[in-house]
Amino acid sequence: MLDYIRSNRREVIAAIVLLVLLSLYLGTHPRGASTYVLTIWANQCLILGLAAIAQFFAVVVRGIDLSVGAVMALTNTLASHLLDGSAIGIGFGIVAVLAAGAACGLVNGLVVVYGRIQPIVVTLATASIFIGVALMLRPTPGGAINYDLADAVTLDVFGVPTALVLSGLLIFAFWIPFRRTGLGLGLYALGSSEQAAFQSGLDTRLIRIAAFTLAGLFGGVAGLYYSFVTTTGDAGIAANFTLNSIAAVVLGGVLLRGGVGSLVGAMAGAFILKTIASLMFFSGIPSLAQPLFEGLILAAAIAVGGADVLRARNRLEVFGR
Amino acid sequence: MNRAITPDSLMPYIGTALLIIAGSFFFPQILTFDYLTQQLQIAAFLGLLATGATIVILLGHIDLSVPWVLTGAAILSTALVGSGDPLLTALAVPAALAFGALIGIVNGIGVAILRIPSMVWTLAINSILLGLAVLNTGGFNPKGEASPLMVSMASGRVLGLPMSFLIWMAVCAVITLFLTRTPFGRYLRSIGYNEKATFLSGVSTPSVVFAAFALAGMCSAMGGVLLAGYANQAYQSMGDPFLLPTIAAVVIGGTSILGGRGGLFGTVGGALFITLLTSILSVMQIGDAWKSIVFGVIILAMLLFQTMRKGAHA
Repeated sequence: MLDYIRSNRREVIAAIVLLVLLSLYLGTHPRGASTYVLTIWANQCLILGLAAIAQFFAVVVRGIDLSVGAVMALTNTLASHLLDGSAIGIGFGIVAVLAAGAACGLVNGLVVVYGRIQPIVVTLATASIFIGVALMLRPTPGGAINYDLADAVTLDVFGVPTALVLSGLLIFAFWIPFRRTGLGLGLYALGSSEQAAFQSGLDTRLIRIAAFTLAGLFGGVAGLYYSFVTTTGDAGIAANFTLNSIAAVVLGGVLLRGGVGSLVGAMAGAFILKTIASLMFFSGIPSLAQPLFEGLILAAAIAVGGADVLRARNRLEVFGR
Repeated sequence: MNRAITPDSLMPYIGTALLIIAGSFFFPQILTFDYLTQQLQIAAFLGLLATGATIVILLGHIDLSVPWVLTGAAILSTALVGSGDPLLTALAVPAALAFGALIGIVNGIGVAILRIPSMVWTLAINSILLGLAVLNTGGFNPKGEASPLMVSMASGRVLGLPMSFLIWMAVCAVITLFLTRTPFGRYLRSIGYNEKATFLSGVSTPSVVFAAFALAGMCSAMGGVLLAGYANQAYQSMGDPFLLPTIAAVVIGGTSILGGRGGLFGTVGGALFITLLTSILSVMQIGDAWKSIVFGVIILAMLLFQTMRKGAHA
């Protein structure tokens, strides 16, 4: 157990911070720890959590994806056209939405690998394209999502918010098995040292393309879930989610230099970020001062994460980080 | 690497020329003196921000606090003028620049001392500044107005050329001197290449980082002052649309996002190109959707062209 904590120090710290914040939130909320309160909280957290997972897949291979929010906007607007009507139509629509997300990621990956351009610049440009497509699909917010389906995934199952059930499924049914596959290991190998990965015979190009495709796919899942929560399509959601997804992965202990961190950490970071925002709402701080406190807490949280630098034994050590 | 004019940095200039030529076939008014000088005037706003961003990107970092440094400087300067006091009015521009430098130093603390990745630290600073602005203005558009000095800086003309363009060029000239003729410039690039080696050569790397971020903050603040002069007011989120075009202008100007390589010459071209592209897309009156798509495709095409050209040489 102690070994586990030591080797997953970053995730453990993030989880503890999250628990403290959550109990503070439930303690200050006028309606207390009811299913209703938890459900709303969990839905908001899961949207950002999925965006953070998308960002995680790009960051773990030493990249960054500035198109996460744009992919969400694109898939969200697409979903607002496709997810209403017959059951077969909706089923087809969900597949199409996820495929669109993955395709966006694939484009990013192909340009990064074969165009040999830095991911940050590539995704900056593709984000503009994706937002353009989203605006074409929905020039103004609107559209509809099948309410029954939306209710099914955004309410609760026997008192437990569905969003938390989905988060659990994501971790136990997807991440833990995936981490042990060749691709799962390859992502970390590539992020830690591209040269070493290449010399060990890994197909680094394929892995990088796969990582960006996964990022796109999860951007699509985030857009889909956002559609279920809001039941409309809106092309204007991109900027916020992109920047918050980066903040979330860093809060969750994923290092921007690649190879360190996990999907669980990225989700924890996203949950922390959203909990801080919800906490503000009921904290009694004047509403005008809330954005300031949100910013201060974000800066403090990131600074604490960076406090490792104080433990460095000599000044040279800090440059390797 | 000391050559200021590289093939990469010429690319946006060629692109700008092509845009003007191609655009003039469809819209002859593009070739008028009025239209072109107006583009220079508008390009100065983006250009000043991109000048600051170039310094930080040469260092191997990135500054995402640009939008609210700009907005904060605009709010501060217009509020000082709005007070009606002649002394405070005179202090508006220096105060805004000092504000920019101060935020730059705060950015530097996180990046150089705490060793937090600049991408997240400057993002956090950006949201703190947003919070301060909301608290200060109550979420409404801030009160105040631009001083005659600020208006003439943004909209005035000298010998037919826009004042804002001349200011931009002057700032570029000073910073180019810094980058090419002083140790600071050499240290900046060498940190961009290899921070550890630079530190081991006895350079006080944190002070270089501080100076770079402070300069960048001042450039952003200057952009804010000019924009406030142009609009004769400050408004919430006035900086948000500038963040990504700023980075794009630097990168298509041939400056490597990894740091160390590039310079201001290319950035000037990049800012001109992006301003002209945006303007021509507006003149064509195509929808926002297509504007966004064309913008992304052209940036991507220019970057691909740059790497393909290098691939052919290698």
